[in-house]
Amino acid sequence: MIDVIKEDLVLDCSGMLCPMPVVKTSKAMKDLQSGQILKMIATDPGAPPDMEAWSRQTGNELLRSMTEDGKFIFFLKKK
Amino acid sequence: MSKSDPTAPKRLALIASKGTLDWAYPPFILASAAGAMGWEVGVFFTFYGLTLLKPELTAAVSPLGNPAMPMKMPFGPEGFQNINWSMPNLLMANVPGFESVATTLMKQTFKNKGVASVEELRQACLDMDVRMIGCQMTMDVFGFKREDFINECEIGGAAMFLEYAADADVQLFI
Repeated sequence: MIDVIKEDLVLDCSGMLCPMPVVKTSKAMKDLQSGQILKMIATDPGAPPDMEAWSRQTGNELLRSMTEDGKFIFFLKKK
Repeated sequence: MSKSDPTAPKRLALIASKGTLDWAYPPFILASAAGAMGWEVGVFFTFYGLTLLKPELTAAVSPLGNPAMPMKMPFGPEGFQNINWSMPNLLMANVPGFESVATTLMKQTFKNKGVASVEELRQACLDMDVRMIGCQMTMDVFGFKREDFINECEIGGAAMFLEYAADADVQLFI
């Protein structure tokens, strides 16, 4: 049983290709306070490795990364 | 100063030297991705790349002399879209408007697949304070004036870019 993560903001990047999911995530994060959580949804198969790198580079923690109905879902906690 | 100051963000220094539609993408994609990761980014636009700083982007693409470019149709059933049309050079060089057709097809294909336009990517870069530097020497050679380019860009030379690049973590020539 996985804990449910409650997001503060949802960003849907479905249909977008590199680098837009990363660019939009970065922009959306600016609207959050430290500790708040962004749920990002993407369909680009390049998104999982890109979001991992983005998380490492920016220090915003990638709490969980999963696949659901062919979509990639990321929970990111603002630093 | 990235390397001189350990607390400073990472820095990316790019040279954009080509002005066709296909080559306009890599610098703007890398610059916007780096900006989104909190890096400091500077792009030096030189030679044909300088035209990417014009307010209206007119970048086009030509399959002529580029046998690696796939020629695909952005409409119709999937099987039709997947056909790679072989275009003889003789045809590409002699049919009027072939280049604008190829450009339209590439833009439409990119749009259908979910790739942002070059205009959108450039704006995303500007929104993230990516520094854009136009090459003074290229302006002199091709007869461009400062007012031919977007207000956000700076004008500089090789020494200015090299000083910036010397302190960068990643430097690429495109």
